[in-house]
Amino acid sequence: MNVVLILARMTFRQAVRKKIVLTGLVLGVCFLVIFSLGFHLISAATDKVTIPGGKGFIGIINTERSSALLLAGLYTVTFLAIAMAALLGADALAGEINSGIIQTIVTKPIRRSDVVLGKWLGFAGLLLLYFLLLAGGTSLSVFLQSGYAAPHLAAGLALIYLESLLVMTIALLCSSRFSALATGGVVFGLYGMAFIGGWVEQFGSVIQNQTAINVGIVTSLIVPTEALWHRAAYEMQTPLAGALGLSPFGTVSVPSLLMIAYALVYLVVVVAWTVRVFQKRDL
Amino acid sequence: MPSVPAIETEQLRKVFGDNAAVKGLTLQIQQGEVFGFLGPNGAGKTTSIKMLVGLITPTSGKASLLGKPLGDRSTRAGVGFLPEHFRFQDWLSAREFLTLHGQLFGMDPRRLLTRIDALLERVGLTAFHDKPLATFSKGMLQRIGLAQALLNQPALVFLDEPTSGLDPVGRILVRDIIHELRGQGTCVFLNSHLLSEIEVTCDRVAFISHGEVVRTLELASLDTGRVTAVLRVGEIDPKITAGLSPWAGDIQVQDHRLTLTARSEEALPEINRYLVEHGVAVYEISPKRVSLEELFIETVGKEGGL
Repeated sequence: MNVVLILARMTFRQAVRKKIVLTGLVLGVCFLVIFSLGFHLISAATDKVTIPGGKGFIGIINTERSSALLLAGLYTVTFLAIAMAALLGADALAGEINSGIIQTIVTKPIRRSDVVLGKWLGFAGLLLLYFLLLAGGTSLSVFLQSGYAAPHLAAGLALIYLESLLVMTIALLCSSRFSALATGGVVFGLYGMAFIGGWVEQFGSVIQNQTAINVGIVTSLIVPTEALWHRAAYEMQTPLAGALGLSPFGTVSVPSLLMIAYALVYLVVVVAWTVRVFQKRDL
Repeated sequence: MPSVPAIETEQLRKVFGDNAAVKGLTLQIQQGEVFGFLGPNGAGKTTSIKMLVGLITPTSGKASLLGKPLGDRSTRAGVGFLPEHFRFQDWLSAREFLTLHGQLFGMDPRRLLTRIDALLERVGLTAFHDKPLATFSKGMLQRIGLAQALLNQPALVFLDEPTSGLDPVGRILVRDIIHELRGQGTCVFLNSHLLSEIEVTCDRVAFISHGEVVRTLELASLDTGRVTAVLRVGEIDPKITAGLSPWAGDIQVQDHRLTLTARSEEALPEINRYLVEHGVAVYEISPKRVSLEELFIETVGKEGGL
């Protein structure tokens, strides 16, 4: 069997045995239950409101309500996926270098790049399952309760998944050189920077301040995580919400497709950089 | 077929910051040899091993394993390694752990299966094959680590402090396994500071101090070398002891105890005859071979790793 797959499977199994998957599963189900309950209660309350405008207008309101709640749910899911991604990546190399587990692995007739790629692939698989459970569950819950399905749902979810992959990969890079704790600090720091930069850009767009928009673009170039969320939200928001402007979980200043391509290239470069750092490191 | 050396190094050097951990390691170890690497703490033993197995990149110098330059990936399929302070994937069972490492060695699945059974049996862990490593004692972990290093039936195996954490039974097991490896023609590079361990297992030793080899010696030569002897004697005149100089040196007398270092074991009967002929009563002669421990102290000094 291919060495990368052997190591990916080991990484996956490690997460299962170390109860990472179980805790993720249990808390993920809790999240879905609370989200579904909240959605139900809010829907029930707003359904009672009667509006003179008639049925058609109520239909529009219901759609916008479902869309806003779905995006709020997905925004939370994004944060949970990112936290999971950062935690998985942070301990991966740093933990095994620190404990010495890595010593009997890299001295086998394998490439050090296999170790990095195997871990990456294992985590990417884990994140996919976690993300599908949370994001898929959230979308399904909204659909089953209200019949609402967001436009371009698959594209939007793919972008959010890409965002979590990016965070995991950055964590893996840091963890090839720094301790797990330092890695956690760096990754959440970068994410925070991208987050605030993204919102400066959104508000800048509403007040039409080009400098604020540029601040957002520059931070997105440094860490393109938040740009991916804003593009995802743009894809999944209703046409009306897009036309009306700023909403807490929608997008006004739309990151371009070029930015998405940039994020993909960024991901590949960070993986390659991780391999390089790990290859040169004394263990 | 002229066999290439198992390990050959030339002025291998590793510098961390301002500190040269290994100053210039030059060694040649033949295939099938059991080689002891001795030195006080901090002498650079582990750094040397780590360079040889490819965990650390040397700052300068050259080295080859089994005739191939360091870092050659295919060579590692024939090399085993048990690191010091061995850590492992403790969420795996003993069998899963060995399977994973066998797969990383690129072993054929069928061969791996029989190899795992044989090794579990050899290190006495057959009964624990499906128990997670997290439940293993320190000694059991050292045993499974040793099994891991031997999975691929290596031509060369590095053991860094293999007996640390082992009880006497475990130490004898390691010693026996090293003897078996020697019988199979495996080269064993043994890093230990348990001198008695090295003394009974190794063909040859190198003393390393401050990152340099200060002495290498064949352990077989220890047997025919100088012999320290303690004699319990009657009254003895200093003039008579001075006459022992053809056979012995380092002569000291204290309370009817005569301590000397004979040139060889064969000199002891001569010394006895000389003393008796000169009217000295000899009650007891206890020859003592120069131990590795004494050589160690003599070579690296009493301060050791301080």
